[in-house]
This record gives sequence, structure tokens and C-alpha cells, in this order.
Amino acid sequence: MYEIRLHSRGGQGGVTAAKVLAYAAFLDGKYATATPLYGAERRGAPVVSFIRVDDTPIRVYSQVRTPDLVIVLDASIMELVDVTAGLKEDGVVLINSPHPVEVKGHTTYTVDLTSIALSLKMVLAGNPILNTPLIGAIAKMGIISRESAEKAIAGTFPDERNVEAALKAFEELKI
Amino acid sequence: MLTIGTGNKAVALAVRDAKPVVVAAYPITPQTEIVEEIANYVTDGSMDARYIPVESEHSSMAACIGAAATGVRTFTATSSHGLVYMCEMLHMSAGARLPIVMANANRALGPGWNIGAEHSDSLSMRDTGWLQCYAGTAQEAYDATFMAFRIAEHANVLLPVMINLDGFLLTHITQPFDTIDPEGFLPPTNTPHAIDTHHPGGYGTLTTGSEHFKFRWDIERGMRNSVAVIREVEEAFAARYDRRYKMVEEYRCEDAEVVIIAMGTLGKEMEVAVDILRKEGVRAGSMRIRWFRPFPTIDLAGREVVVIDRDYSFGFGGILANELRAKCGCKPFSVIAGLGGQDVTYEDIASFVRMRTENGEHWFGVDA
Repeated sequence: MYEIRLHSRGGQGGVTAAKVLAYAAFLDGKYATATPLYGAERRGAPVVSFIRVDDTPIRVYSQVRTPDLVIVLDASIMELVDVTAGLKEDGVVLINSPHPVEVKGHTTYTVDLTSIALSLKMVLAGNPILNTPLIGAIAKMGIISRESAEKAIAGTFPDERNVEAALKAFEELKI
Repeated sequence: MLTIGTGNKAVALAVRDAKPVVVAAYPITPQTEIVEEIANYVTDGSMDARYIPVESEHSSMAACIGAAATGVRTFTATSSHGLVYMCEMLHMSAGARLPIVMANANRALGPGWNIGAEHSDSLSMRDTGWLQCYAGTAQEAYDATFMAFRIAEHANVLLPVMINLDGFLLTHITQPFDTIDPEGFLPPTNTPHAIDTHHPGGYGTLTTGSEHFKFRWDIERGMRNSVAVIREVEEAFAARYDRRYKMVEEYRCEDAEVVIIAMGTLGKEMEVAVDILRKEGVRAGSMRIRWFRPFPTIDLAGREVVVIDRDYSFGFGGILANELRAKCGCKPFSVIAGLGGQDVTYEDIASFVRMRTENGEHWFGVDA
């Protein structure tokens, strides 16, 4: 079972990103679950979502404690939250940032999702839309196929710029 | 059709496929998505139902009672404070023998305010005469909601059915599930005491001490009959759709010396704990109680029992543990865990089994 923990801020689309990611894995023929962790959510507050992908039905509902992958949609969260808590020894970190970020002891990828969203004028209620380009980046990492990523995004959002943003992130992320 | 969506979405799709005539509801976290989805289906024409947005849960059940009294299929959904607010109407609907189906997103009651999963809401409605089923997956939430109409409306039952799903843990998880071709599975409603507008008449509903017990006994007859009806409907469902359900879902129980018992999502998570314990050489198994009312007959003779309650009866103990003590004569190790959405992992569940004592009680997070 591949386990992902996604850190974001309320309003950034982390919960939706988790759903679309599970949808894409489902289209790949996998079993997948996405769970938002709800507290007293409000815009800007750090929030967490969990995604699990497996070849057999998933019976686990508890929080992901030892992720294989940690995704950080807003690098400033790393000053408030230990995003690597419980991360497996060979676990990987994916961060939305305009600059390379190093996380000690872990392979870390950075991609500038914010710039991709802004370049396509994808802004909702003042926030750049990060969830759909994120799906493209995850596809580049090989966790879901590019085809399923495109299908899952197109099946969720009618605006074609979302798929475009995902493909841009797919191109930009260097693995 | 194989699809992926939340537990709430699964319930809404099951309701769409069951084709109720009236849905009356009031939104409450974490149930809201169910009634939003149904409202969308009614708006876009994929459901031909009268959707009544009411001003409270008491009114939503009252509206369902009025509709069901005319003999039409009805549905509502609620959670937590909404459920306890409609309590009076729950007694009314069961007493009036109206086969209403309701989904309840299990959630804690405040204060302290909390929107996480807990079974205290539905279990406090234990003695209303409602049948109660607890789902463990989005698939089961879909299937159980759909089947609930046929069970409730069966001539030998005529009692309302509550389908429970753990708030957030199941209502908000995105999971794959399969929808069915519903055609012909649910017979048309046939409520023998439906209001007949062509032959209007009034009935006094006062029952004195020389009659009231007969009506109470008749509710119990319906409840006892429901055991066979649940089996019949779940078998018919399995024959047609190839998904099999029992009142109690057993996992690796054949040779089990210790059995973990729980309801809802913990009842799935504990299967992983069973696998861990088996690897350690513990002959463990698990039983997930799906139907709490009617309460199933379970043979626990010669087995150690660990019960996990996501609820509590203050001054007495874990509700499920005590139901099992009363019904099965077992001496379970009673664990109180998961209150208000407290995170409980399969590792935690395995540790409950390791620390078991006969008739002991353990509050997860409180006791050392």
C-alpha cells in the first residue's frame, strides 16, 4: 500500500486534489481512498488530507502515520508543522515552491505550481488553483499514469485550463 | 457501474436508484453532501421526487411521516444533534408503522463541540423501534441504503430503517464502489394502513392500557420478523448483484480463540489488526456487527471477546459491550475508543487485544 499525506492551507484545494488523485489511481485500475482530516477549517489554516493506493481493497480508515510521500502545497507550512513526521526512511517529499528546497535525509522534488496557475490565470477567490497542476506533478513521479491524470481532471473540472496546467507541471517537474 | 466517490455520494446514489416519492431533509455536517446531492438529482431531473427543504430535523421527520402515511416511499438523512432533535418523531414513525428510510452520519454530541465520528447519536435512539444498520464501506452504504427500502416496506416488518455511516471516516472518504441496475428489485410500496383520500375517515389514535401493549407487541413482532426479512432481502441482493451480506460480517473466525467486535469503519480496520495478531501467533478473528436492531444472535461460547465501543452509556459502560454481555453471556474486554473521531489505528486495535482481561474496561487515551 502506497500512502500519501498532503499538507495545504484551507482554500488551496488540497482536499479536492486528494479526491482527484484517488480518482486517477482508480482509473489506473487500483484501489484508492482519499480522506480529508477536518478540524475547525478556515481559509489559510494548515489542513491535511490522506491518500492510499493499493492493488487490493483498502480496509484502513485511520490517519496515515508513516507516509511514502509527503506533498506540501505551501512551503510556509513547514515553519509550523513537521511535515516529515513519520515519513518512511525511503520516503519522498514534493513541495510547491519557486526555489529548490532541501529536506534532510529525503529525496525532495520542487515544482512551482503557483506560477503555473497564475500563468494560466487560474485563480479562485484570490487563491491560485494548485490542485490540478499538482496532479500533473504526481503523474510525473509515476504514482498515477499521465492518461488517468488527464481523464480524472477533465472528469472533475469542465475548464480545460486544468488539464493544461497539469501537463505543464508534468513537463516542468524534473525527476 | 463501477465509480469512485464519497460515502455520502454512495448513499445519495442509492436513494436516487430507490426512487422515493418524497425526500424531506435538513442539512447538517457531516451529512450535508447527501441531501445536497439528492437536491441536485431532483433539480437536474435524474430523480422524480418531491424534495421538501424543511426548517428543522423535527420537521423533516414529521414531513416524512405525513408522506409515508399516504403510502409513498420516503427518505431523509441527518446526524448527531439533528437526530436527537427528531427523537420524538422517531417514536412517532415507528409507532405509526411507517417504513421510512433514513441515513444517519454518526457524529458526536456536544458540548464540547465536535463533528467527528461517534455512535452515541444513533445508539441513544436504540429503543425507538427503528431498525439500525451500520455500514463499513461506501459500497455497503450504497447497498444497505438501497436494500433498506425493501426491508422497511416488507408487509411483515413495516418499520423504519436507519442506515448509519461513520461521520467523515465514511461520509467523506473517497472510495471505489459499484452501482446497480435497480430495475425490479424494490417492489412498489404497499402500505396497508395508507391514508385513502377516496374514502376519507378519521381514526382515534388513543390507546388505553387495555390496548396499548398490543401495539407495542406488534412492533416487536415486526422487529422479530425483520431478521428473516433482512436475510431474504440480502440473499436476493446477492443472487442478483453478487454482493453478499450477513447481519454479522466475520473475518478469520473459524478457529479464532479471541474475537474482536465493533461496528462501522473500526469493524473494517480491525481486520488488519487480526492479520497482525495472526502473524504473532494469536488466533484472532473479528466480527463486524452490521445490524444492531434487530440484534443478531452470535455464538461466542469458548471464545475471548474484545469489544470496541465508539460510544458510552454513562454510569454503565460501553453500549455494544453490554448488549453482547446481555445477549451472548460473554465477558468481554470493553474498549472505549474513537469518540469524536479520535484516531484509532489497526496497531492500536492489536494492542487492545494484547492487553485484554475478562470483563475489563479500557478507555483509549485515558488509561495508561
